[in-house]
Order: sequence, then structure tokens, then C-alpha cells
Amino acid sequence: MSFLTVLYASLFYFAAAVLAAGLTYKIVQYARTPAPLKIPTTPAPTTTSGVAFRLAREVVLFESLFKGSKWTWIFGWMFHFGLFLVTLRHLRYFIDPVWLPIQLVQPFGIYGGIAMVVGLVGLLGRRFLVDRVRYISSPSDHLILALLILIGLSGVMMTFVVHTDIVSLKHFIRGLVTFHVQPLPADPVLMLHLLLVVGLMIIFPFSKLLHAPGLFFSPTRNQVDNPREQRHIADWARGLEQS
Amino acid sequence: MAKVDFEVPELDQYARIPAVEPGTMSRSKPYVAKAEFQADLGFPGELVDDWQNKAIAKMGELLGKYRSLQVYLDSCVKCGSCTDKCHYYLGTKDPKNMPVGRQDLMRKVYRRYFTLAGRYFPKLVGAEDFTKEVLDDWYSYYHQCSQCRRCSVFCPYGIDTAEISMAAREIMDSIGVGQKYCNEIIGKVYKIGNNLGLPGPALGDTLEGLEEDVYDDTGVKVRYPLDEEGAEILLITPSADFFAEPHVDGLIGYGKVFHEAGVSWTLSSYASEAANFGMFIGSYENMRRVAQRIRKAAIDLKVKRIVFGECGHAWRVAYSFLNTLAGPWDFLDPRYPVPQHICELTYDLMQQGKLKLDKSQNDDKVLTYHDSCNVARASRMGDTPGGQFDIPRAIIRATCNNFYDMDEETIRERTFCCGGGGGLLTDDLMEVRVKGAKPRVEALNNVMQEKGVTHMAAICAICKSQFTKVLPFYGMEMDQIVSVHQLVSNAIILTPGEEDEAAEDADEAA
Repeated sequence: MSFLTVLYASLFYFAAAVLAAGLTYKIVQYARTPAPLKIPTTPAPTTTSGVAFRLAREVVLFESLFKGSKWTWIFGWMFHFGLFLVTLRHLRYFIDPVWLPIQLVQPFGIYGGIAMVVGLVGLLGRRFLVDRVRYISSPSDHLILALLILIGLSGVMMTFVVHTDIVSLKHFIRGLVTFHVQPLPADPVLMLHLLLVVGLMIIFPFSKLLHAPGLFFSPTRNQVDNPREQRHIADWARGLEQS
Repeated sequence: MAKVDFEVPELDQYARIPAVEPGTMSRSKPYVAKAEFQADLGFPGELVDDWQNKAIAKMGELLGKYRSLQVYLDSCVKCGSCTDKCHYYLGTKDPKNMPVGRQDLMRKVYRRYFTLAGRYFPKLVGAEDFTKEVLDDWYSYYHQCSQCRRCSVFCPYGIDTAEISMAAREIMDSIGVGQKYCNEIIGKVYKIGNNLGLPGPALGDTLEGLEEDVYDDTGVKVRYPLDEEGAEILLITPSADFFAEPHVDGLIGYGKVFHEAGVSWTLSSYASEAANFGMFIGSYENMRRVAQRIRKAAIDLKVKRIVFGECGHAWRVAYSFLNTLAGPWDFLDPRYPVPQHICELTYDLMQQGKLKLDKSQNDDKVLTYHDSCNVARASRMGDTPGGQFDIPRAIIRATCNNFYDMDEETIRERTFCCGGGGGLLTDDLMEVRVKGAKPRVEALNNVMQEKGVTHMAAICAICKSQFTKVLPFYGMEMDQIVSVHQLVSNAIILTPGEEDEAAEDADEAA
């Protein structure tokens, strides 16, 4: 087995471990930290199913962002929805035989890849062109966008410009999943693509990419508006009542 | 109008987003609380030794106590959606008054001390040490946030800058850097029972005076009772209602509504304050201590219901937090929500046909309505979401013939703060108050020009005081701001009681 295969296999296992452990740590931290007061941004749903619907609208449609900034919404939603399609398309490398819905989504995944890059470029453009957004941007904000753009471009390139050996690639990935490591096709574009994805997985739990789990734990969005009907009290606050 | 050393913004016809001008408000700082006032609240009197480590430790403690803080400091992606939403940014152009700019003052410290990326690559992720300069920025800019939550409406993750500025003030208090205005006032509540420091006898005199005024005006004896044990309703209202204009006209209105409802009620001299500045300084303990006074008053006076007068943040604390801080309320009448807003009570009576209203009594005014931020975005009235917008408007429409809303982008959940909320209603912050009022005054000015609006009604003591003070800076009259229950008071047709008829007979006999 080549050095490259061993290197990439190790990188992937390492990145997957960091991602899983890091995300688990943050999610457990969010879940364990109490929300001592009822602070939903009102008008807010008065039932649990209403809250689920509110969160679903935020996750799927980016409702609040739509209210806030139309350009950011257009680019942001394009990127995220594109990424979603691309992720579905990539599932074909992980499962065998490939499920019918995943087979059907394949062509849309290609459009998703293009939409993703266009959306990302738009978001990067805003960081330079809008003075308020320029002011709040750190180097890491630009770098994460650059990383995602490079992942998208290298991926799209393999579809349109320099095809890679996807049969061998699937063997490699199936090998990772089943813990029987198979050789990785030594294609520079593919290697760059995979390396960047490894990087993305590793920084995920340490960066603003935590907005993904964060949304579900945001008290202004996930709380039911019923403070008069149900007493809401955190454990640490209950301690004050003894005194 | 006092002489000022700043430029009052010019009103635009269309909302304009200003270009960033760093540092325009860095000199704005409220007076620091003296040691004696800090002590009342359990805070050190002056900047403590080793303040930096103690502040970081306090931040760690709060991160473990408030999920909002932990999630919000992690989740921001700097998308920019909030950047043009804060009235203080729109009025001052200072980028540290953009919601994310304000949050980042804490986020950069959080990243430096609590995240791996900030510890090892501070420059890359915008992390910074907690230096004296950063602390000064905190003191300046966390006292330029009125905790109005407008930013939280537009944030894709619901990040609420109010949560961050409350935590920042709590951290600063814990190292001895408190704000004079808020902390002195909370001390007054502990010692005397209300923000203004009005003792029981003074309240009694004021209320007697009101009874006489209303009798002279209407010929009907309307009662304004204080500390009456066994009354059905305990009314908790901001102490400004006892004497400030136009607040007191609202209080007169509440009394008339209770009179028509035929229900006994009382004020309490012990809990003579609806406001709870414990929220502004982010101190759960102090907010709870203030709220507990209401529980004690309700028990001592053996009331069955609690009703709150017109006050924005007080209604947030009442509606959203009172059950948490001072509940459970199982000893009160379960047929009514605890607590109830005076607007809910008035609206219910209107629905039942128990109030006779003569709209023409307000024909000298063309009205608009200012949604107060804490009512709009942090509470509810009635049974359905959005009742906090519809119920006050229904009351206004029932009490006057001329009503027009301001631009849709500036009302309801998108309402602009008056500029004086969140503990900023103090003369040492006049510049930020005047500039922060700009977006609201702009929308008001537009309906004045287009619809001939003459008055703006509100249900918040801070809004009323703030507009009374800042409207003249924009060339408007201070009395253009009115209480919603002032309109009710004008329009209501009182039913004479038995005493009144007897008195009239006596007059005739004499």
C-alpha cells in the first residue's frame, strides 16, 4: 500500500475523530448549560410543535436572514442548499448498492456544486464590498470562505475538466468506512479536494461553523412562549429559593 | 432645552444606512457608581485588584449558567444581517454600535481565553487580551445598548445582543465597575420601594390629590387606593406614573377603568415600582430580589390578582420572568393570568361591553402608536402571538377617531427603540439617547408630514420620559407623547357611584 494511501486514510480517521469528538463535546456543553429565563424573541409559538415549525423554517428557509438582508440570504441560501445537494450526491461513494433517491439526485448534485461556488463567491464579495461587513470580518472569516470555494472548485473541476477515477475512489472510501483500507487513486486534484475536506472537518468544532448545532440551542428561537402558564426555573436558580 | 456639545442628526425622509465611522461614540460613558451604591447590590466598590483574572473567571461562571451566552458567543458567522438594524448604529455611525460590533467586544475576549483557536491563533480569529482599553470599550459601548432585541429578530441564529450586554454589565459589576444610574436606583428600591425614592406618605398624598383632581374634573369619585388589605387587584406600576407627565394621565386612566369594572384594587407602598433594573444590569440575584417584593406585597395585602401598569421592560420581567423569579402564584385567582397587563384588562372589559367610550373626546389629536421594544419582542398580551401589537391598537382605535400606523418597517416586531431603554435614561448619556432616537423620530416625522399625526401613544414609562426629553431636540413638542390609558381616561364615560349621587343631592339641598 502506498504512502499516500496510508497518509490519507490516517488523515481521514483523525479528522473524523476530531469532528465527532469536538461536536459531541460542544453539543453536550450546549445541552447541559441551563437557560434560566424565558427569552424567546416574540411573537413566538405557544406550543412545542409551533417551535419545531419555527426552527424548521430557520433551518430550511433561513427565515430571519431573509428579513434581515436579501443579498446575504440569496448567496447564503444558494451556498447551503447547493452544499446539501452536493452532500447527497457524494453519498454514492459511501453506500453500496446506491439507494434509488441518491441515484436520482446525482444530476442535481452537479447544479448544487455550481450554486455552492456562486453563493460562496457572492458572500466573499460582500465581505469586501459592504463596509459594515468588511469591518466585522477577521482573517478566519475570509479563510473559511476561501477553503469552501476551493473545495467547491476542485470538486466541480473533477466533474467538468479533469475526471478522476471514481471507481477507485469509491473503493478507497468504502474501504475507509468498512475499515479495510484500499488504494487511493493518485490524482492531484482529487488529493487537493480531499485534503481541504479533511481541513474543514478538523476546524469545524473549533470555529464559527458551530452555528450549525448552535441554532438548535438558541433560546430566542427554541423556547415556547408560555411563561405565565408554566413555571420555568433552572437548577442553579432553584438554589436561591432555599435562602 | 439644555445646551449640547453634539450635533443632532438630521431627519431623512427615507431610512438611510450610514457609512461606518469608527470611534464617533467612544467618548460616551455614563457616571460610574460610587462604592456605597455598589455595596447595596453586593458588588465591590471600586475596580478590584487582579480585575482581569476575576473578570475572566466571572465570564466562565456566566458561560456555565446561561446557554444563551455560550451559544451566542460561538455561533456568530459575521454575516452582517444585524449590522444596519441597531438604532444606535443608525444614529451614531459608530461600528461598535452595530450589534455584531458590540458583541465582538466580548467575543474577542471569549475567544482569547475560552477557545483553542483564540488561545493559539489570536490574530487569525480576532481574539484579544482583556486589557484596560478593552474594559473601557466595554464600559462605553455596553452602555450604548438599550437591550431592545431588534437585532435578534434579524439574526439567522437568534443571537440577542441584549444577552451579551447584560452579561458584560454583570461582569463589570463583579469587578467593581458599575453604572451609577442603574445601581443607585436599584438601591432605592431596596430602601424605599421604588426607583424615584418616593416614600409611602408621599405616595398617599399624590393619590389623594389625584382623587380630588378626577372628582373636580368629572364629578365622580374615583378611588386611588394605597395599601388596602383585601383588595381584589394589586396594581404594580412604574413609579414615574405617580407624578411624571404624561405618565400620571395613564395612572388616572387605570383608576377610571377599575372604577367602571367595579373591582376593588390597591397600590402597594412596599412594592411601588414595576420597573426592575436588575434586568438591565444582567443580575439574576438583584432582579429576583426586586421581584420578590411584589410577591411579599401580594401576600401581605391578600390580593387575588396582579395587574401591571404601562411599562415596557417591567412587562418583560412581569410576563416572562415573574413566575420564574417570584412564583409559583398558586395563591392567586387561577381564572386570570398572573400577572395581567392593564391593556389586557381594559381590552377584556371593552369586549364585554363594560366600558362606555366617547371617541370624540380625543378629536383634538391624530394618533400613532409606538410599540415599545420589550413589549413587542420579549412578551405577549392575550392568548395569541402578536396580541402585544393588536391589543393596544384596539384600545387606541376604540378611544379615538384618528389613528395611523407608522411605516411597517418600524413597528410591531421591527419597532425601533425610543433610544432611552436598557438603563440609559440618564442625562450623562444624552448624546447617545438623542442620536439613538433618530430612526423612531424619523418614522414619526414621516406620518406627521403625510397623515397629519399630532401625537404618539406609548405604553412604557421609559419611552414616555425619553420622548418628552428628546423630541424637542428634533424640533417637536415634548407633549406629543401620550399614554395609551390617557386616551382611555379622556374617552371613558364614568358611571357615578352612590356616594356621587348623594353628594349631588347634598349640593342641591345646600
